[in-house]
Amino acid sequence: MQIKEIKIFAGVGKNGQPDLVDEITFTMGDVISIVGPTGSGKTTLIDDIALFADCNTPTRRRVLINEAPAPEDFMNDPSQNPVAFITQHTNFLSDLPVNEFLETHADIRKRPDISSVVRETIEFANQLTGEPLNAENGMTELSGGQTRALLIADAVIISNSPVILLDEIENAGINRTKALELLKKYEKIFVFVTHDPRIALSSDFRIVMENGAVTKVLYPHDEELAVAEEIKKIDDLMLHFRRLIRSGERVTGGII
Amino acid sequence: MKVIICAGPPTTGKTTVLRQVTRRLIEAEFRPAYLKIDVLYAIEDQMFQKEFNIPSKKVYSGELCPDHCNVMVLRDAVEWAQKTSADFLLVETAGLCLRCSPYIEGGLGIVVLEATSGMNLPVKIGPMLTLADIAVVTKIDLISQAEREVFRSRIMKASAGIPICETNALCGIGIDALVKKIHASPDIGDSLVLRGNPPVGTCTVCVGKKEIGWQQHFGVVRPLENDIFYRGE
Ligand SMILES: Nc1nc2c(ncn2[C@@H]2O[C@H](COP(=O)(O)OP(=O)(O)OP(=O)(O)O)[C@@H](O)[C@H]2O)c(=O)[nH]1
Ligand SMILES: Nc1ncnc2c1ncn2[C@@H]1O[C@H](COP(=O)(O)OP(=O)(O)OP(=O)(O)O)[C@@H](O)[C@H]1O
Ligand SMILES: [Mg+2]
Ligand SMILES: [Mg+2]
Ligand SMILES: [Zn+2]
Repeated sequence: MQIKEIKIFAGVGKNGQPDLVDEITFTMGDVISIVGPTGSGKTTLIDDIALFADCNTPTRRRVLINEAPAPEDFMNDPSQNPVAFITQHTNFLSDLPVNEFLETHADIRKRPDISSVVRETIEFANQLTGEPLNAENGMTELSGGQTRALLIADAVIISNSPVILLDEIENAGINRTKALELLKKYEKIFVFVTHDPRIALSSDFRIVMENGAVTKVLYPHDEELAVAEEIKKIDDLMLHFRRLIRSGERVTGGII
Repeated sequence: MKVIICAGPPTTGKTTVLRQVTRRLIEAEFRPAYLKIDVLYAIEDQMFQKEFNIPSKKVYSGELCPDHCNVMVLRDAVEWAQKTSADFLLVETAGLCLRCSPYIEGGLGIVVLEATSGMNLPVKIGPMLTLADIAVVTKIDLISQAEREVFRSRIMKASAGIPICETNALCGIGIDALVKKIHASPDIGDSLVLRGNPPVGTCTVCVGKKEIGWQQHFGVVRPLENDIFYRGE
């Protein structure tokens, strides 16, 4: 099934107060951020999307795919599911080596050229990690950042999922700037739960949450877009210092 | 009455799954009864009694292999459940013996596997999986979608065509597919027959003879280098 859009219809927040935006539409190609304080219900909102909520979750929200309720196949067979969800906590538990796992997954997804798809996936993941992962190693031996990087790479390349939900990748120990840049090359719906201004401002729009409910949807305007450029510079500077610290070098003042 | 037999390795979520099922059966105004067969210790019967106020019972298999025990007690259990005017008998077995399977003809056999158990589990557990009518995969909340898919294909490989219900049994997500299957299962007839062949038993061991070496045993025995044969009358 080709995904054209996802619609979320308002439900209720933690005290039963309604979402203040009746209807939110994600169109193919959109990058969306979900922002709000800790505990405000951001993860819960993407959970609703991942579950294709039909007034049957505590939030009573409803999610439609291309104007219709999601077909049962989406939930029953994970390889039919167009949504890939990379959670805050997902870890690999598999005892298989990385390459064997990826080959098996690519085979399940009926990808034509398995070995090149697997290679591409590992290359993608390695662009996001500090130290490249060893494909001969067991999945459980991967570090937290390598795990997250591989999950993203698998969702994008092997599963080729049209909708990708990412919960706080800035805390995942991966290069999020690189991730953002790589991901934007793909025509998909990306939903980022984030506390990161750079990710939030490079999205098409952001959903603001409070106390379990959506309070508004904000589209970046000209002033924000200008500020976003400044934020990028500050952020790159921070990344530069981080790189120095990480690689055991001394920090120098000249650059500021 | 329908008889639902639920097997699976220890702590895979059998009880959690059956609680979700029970809740839904009661909501639909059915009257389930619950039987737990375990080796040495179980409290599930009290849980079901307390949480749902339904007829509940447990049997300790003790020295017997729990699946053998199941064969011995199930007819009595069906009568017991019928007396309580139950319309579903839910049986949770201990599922320790990987050569036996507890399922019966004319009843629904459910195997519960946990998604976190390692990719080789499906090929390790033999008839417990291959003779089941449906495989329930629990704890999908703990693993990635990619791993779910691979685990699923491993199950398919071990038991082609078996329906699979993936669930986060803690909150009951995905459990409706199982409940549908339970409703669609047939009512139990008069004859109760074990599904598939029980393994050829080293029965003198089962009954407690501890001496090592086939020379010490009767019934179906096997030496190291030869195939099994029958020794005795
Ligand atoms: N995260 C998660 N935990 C689960 C799920 N299903 C069961 N559990 C947990 O797994 C543990 C074992 O579950 P039980 O239902 O007691 O397992 P069981 O198969 O009945 O265990 P025995 O009867 O002792 O063999 C419990 O702590 C459950 O809360 C699930 O889908 N997700
Ligand atoms: N609409 C709602 N109705 C009822 N409970 C809700 C609702 N939204 C969120 N909650 C509950 O509030 C708690 C926090 O929500 P959630 O984990 O989604 O927050 P978060 O914004 O992702 O927080 P963090 O930034 O810490 O990850 C959870 O226990 C969740 O079940
Ligand atoms: Mg969260
Ligand atoms: Mg139990
Ligand atoms: Zn046995």
